[in-house]
Amino acid sequence: MIRSARIRELLGLVPVALLVTGGFTAVLLTRTESTNNVTLTYGLVFLGLCVLGHLFIRARLPDADPYLFPLAALLAAFGLVMIYRIDAELAREQAQWFVLGLAFFCGTVVLLRDIHALERYRYTIAAIGIALLMSPRIPGLGEQVNGAYLAVGVGPIQFQPAEFGKLAIIIFLASYLRDTRELLVRPPGKMTPRQWLLLVGVPVALLALLALMLQLSSTQIVLFGLFGASVIAVLRDRPSPKYFGPLLVVWGLAMLMLLFIRDLGSSLMFFGAFLALLYVATQRISLVGVGTGMFLGGATLFANSVAHVRGRIETWEDPFRPDLVEDESYQIAQSLFAQADGGLFGRGFGQSLLEVQDGPPLIPEAHTDLIYSVITNELGLFGATAVVLIYLLFVARGFKTALLAGDAFSKLLAAGLAAVVALQVFVIVGGVTKVIPLTGVTLPFVSYGGSSIVANMVLLALLLIVSNEARREPGVQRGGLV
Amino acid sequence: MNRSITHLFVLFTVLFAVLVGFTSRWTVFEAESLENQTANRRGILEEARIPRGTIFAADGTRLTRNIPRGSGKTRTYKRSYPTGNLFSHPVGYSFIDAGRAGIEKFRNRALVGKESEFGSVFQDLGVSDREGKDVRTTLDPAAQRTAVEALGGQPGSIVAMEPSTGRVRVMVSIPDFNPNEIPQRKNQLNSLEGSPLLNRATQGQSPPGSTFKVVTAAAALDSGKFTPDSVLDGASPRDVGGAPLSNAGGQSFGPITLTQALTNSVNTVWAQVGEQIGPATLLKYMQRFGFNADVPLDYPKDEIVPSGIYGEGGLVKADSGFDVGRVAIGQGGAEGQILVSSLQMAMVASAVGNGGVLMEPRLTDSIVSKDGRKEEIKPTRQSRVMSEETAGQLGEMMSQVVREGSGTAGALAGISVAGKTGTAQVENNAANQAWFIAFAPAEDPKMAVAVTVERTQGTGGEVAGPLAKQVLQQLLGDQAGG
Repeated sequence: MIRSARIRELLGLVPVALLVTGGFTAVLLTRTESTNNVTLTYGLVFLGLCVLGHLFIRARLPDADPYLFPLAALLAAFGLVMIYRIDAELAREQAQWFVLGLAFFCGTVVLLRDIHALERYRYTIAAIGIALLMSPRIPGLGEQVNGAYLAVGVGPIQFQPAEFGKLAIIIFLASYLRDTRELLVRPPGKMTPRQWLLLVGVPVALLALLALMLQLSSTQIVLFGLFGASVIAVLRDRPSPKYFGPLLVVWGLAMLMLLFIRDLGSSLMFFGAFLALLYVATQRISLVGVGTGMFLGGATLFANSVAHVRGRIETWEDPFRPDLVEDESYQIAQSLFAQADGGLFGRGFGQSLLEVQDGPPLIPEAHTDLIYSVITNELGLFGATAVVLIYLLFVARGFKTALLAGDAFSKLLAAGLAAVVALQVFVIVGGVTKVIPLTGVTLPFVSYGGSSIVANMVLLALLLIVSNEARREPGVQRGGLV
Repeated sequence: MNRSITHLFVLFTVLFAVLVGFTSRWTVFEAESLENQTANRRGILEEARIPRGTIFAADGTRLTRNIPRGSGKTRTYKRSYPTGNLFSHPVGYSFIDAGRAGIEKFRNRALVGKESEFGSVFQDLGVSDREGKDVRTTLDPAAQRTAVEALGGQPGSIVAMEPSTGRVRVMVSIPDFNPNEIPQRKNQLNSLEGSPLLNRATQGQSPPGSTFKVVTAAAALDSGKFTPDSVLDGASPRDVGGAPLSNAGGQSFGPITLTQALTNSVNTVWAQVGEQIGPATLLKYMQRFGFNADVPLDYPKDEIVPSGIYGEGGLVKADSGFDVGRVAIGQGGAEGQILVSSLQMAMVASAVGNGGVLMEPRLTDSIVSKDGRKEEIKPTRQSRVMSEETAGQLGEMMSQVVREGSGTAGALAGISVAGKTGTAQVENNAANQAWFIAFAPAEDPKMAVAVTVERTQGTGGEVAGPLAKQVLQQLLGDQAGG
């Protein structure tokens, strides 16, 4: 029996086919001098992969969410057309990465018969995750790109360990928090007036002293006040120090990343995902408050001591400063110029001005970090909004999966994976639109890059496995194939 | 946990909305200011590939040419200016590295054939090759040449405009520059003494001297406080604003009418008039004449500086306590000094000549598409400065100035001229800023003119008057001939 979900999934691939066909045709039309039919095959290969993926899901995950896969495919199609438009050779490679990504996707589904198997290896997975994140600093292995340590080179192969590290960290946190969430917060007990005085009085006194001594501005006082209130709320829950140890380790890790990897963006992404999971697990906004305060405090401290991070913040504050605009802030300034040039409707597929005969490229890193700027330039505010909306739908399906999931680990895992995708989108799109300082992470499924594609395909596989289990119709036995 | 998962999704929806908000900020709301950033070469690179429209003088003289470079897809065009220095300030320039100025900048959208946002969607499908539109200006090459030759290299400026339409027929600022040399010499020209890149007609800031008495007289008559026959004491010196003020050459007059006081440019009388009408009334009439704001010329905003009363921190208000008596005669003190451009003073003469109605000055006559569609720029009324009756009285007073007063050098054979001279002391009274403003024929004004010569030893009547005469002769002769 074919389930209706799978029919919806197949129908969901129709827009993907339309986008790929339309996009490639539009790009080809603008390249009158080199109409090369071979290039169209990348599009066909991609569509073939989508159908293969669909058939595989139909066989192995018949009950999984019907929208996640088409949404990811739609994003990937967007990316492929854009990358093809930037450089046909890169599009060929990207199509190859999708073959590899699909292989990992299928491999994950086949090998991971039970998602709960991950829980048993959580400390191993955590160790691997930390090792991956730190590996770019290993001499002879890591590589510095634009001042940040984000890549690892083994022989001819170069990959971005953070893309895989994020999966490991989410899996670990989901399983750790499933166990300890009850213990992290205990119902508040009765307190004597003296305890109250101690709990509220001491922080208030400290804050007052701080405000007087450091002559804080009003915003700083509000921030410190919120932090203080969060601390009070957390302490009121009488947390057990024993279970907070690992959480402090995660905070330390985020700080280490800032210091060693020198990348504010990925640090923000990991710590944000951590706070999101902490909130889902404990439902205590106060914990998030304390965590945010500690992150902001640490980040401010390190930002001033790590020149690379400080530079990124300076270029964010004023990208058009004459001494920066042709140099450090060239990327962000050009990104904004490209978006302004796009306007409401953009210049059309293949019409963006990316480089000139002599001189630096007009959109640097167009195929990776700044791909969103290229999209905005060619498809305008409407196209860019469409991309953000597709991400929002993807994230929504991820959270829906978390809502439907039957056990705490599955809930936390799905929510964590959806959150990390959302955060990654926020970090890079927020970076190129100057919401936050620009740092180099990829736009999931869209940017060029093997590591990114493969890791996100594995992420998709994990979400679909959770979803398949969650949405299994009552009374229907586990599929005979598995 | 479901509640916190929902909260988390709401948070991400908000964050994504921020992304869309910032994208629309750059693509729509701040697009124009980003396009105007000097570091943004995107537009100029893109537009170098489009054959730019031609700028014509009013008589059809070509003021610009396009020189093609390269071939095929990489063909670009470079601007050249066949008339050399003659139209350097009004026409400006357009080069990839040096940017744009003047009409080349203000009319850039038309010159590169940019359509509305909606038009671009269809253009981007590659249907038609973009072509620039031609811009026909209101400038008269023969009169422009007369004005340049009349100044004979003395630093200064001449503007002539039609009172009834606002069409600017002559705009000269000396020292000028050769726009063809801009790509090589822009920085050098920028730092040169005498500021050849500064358009004195729109950015000039010189004291207007007694030509400003026309503004004071308009306020005095139109407010009903005075008539041309009002009698005041013309004794010299006289205490004005706490310090003695003298007439030119220390000459003392008895009780005289305002008409006589304008004819002989009696400072002590006009200072009294200024003090009696007060700063608020004077400022009100100045604003009607267009002071204290950018002149609404079709010319780049960054090449326009408002004329008005300048104190320490820029333009001053009515209650700032400036020396209204000295401002009324076109000078001022430390609390506020009147500084003007020649275009502003041409507008003063023009408003009087046009029955009290000020027309917006403009340099563009029409914009013509390659397919022959013509968009006329219609004359626009800027304000009614004074009643027709006041304008008539003031015109008669100004005619008297040329007939028998300080402005006889501006008289034309067979045509009656209404005018006013001005001689402002600059550089600690070591040199004069000579002025002459006029319109003619006095009974049916066809042309208004403002002439100023910097750092001269002569008076306005001696130095600037004869130049105005030459330009008016050329322009009105033109009209008589057809």
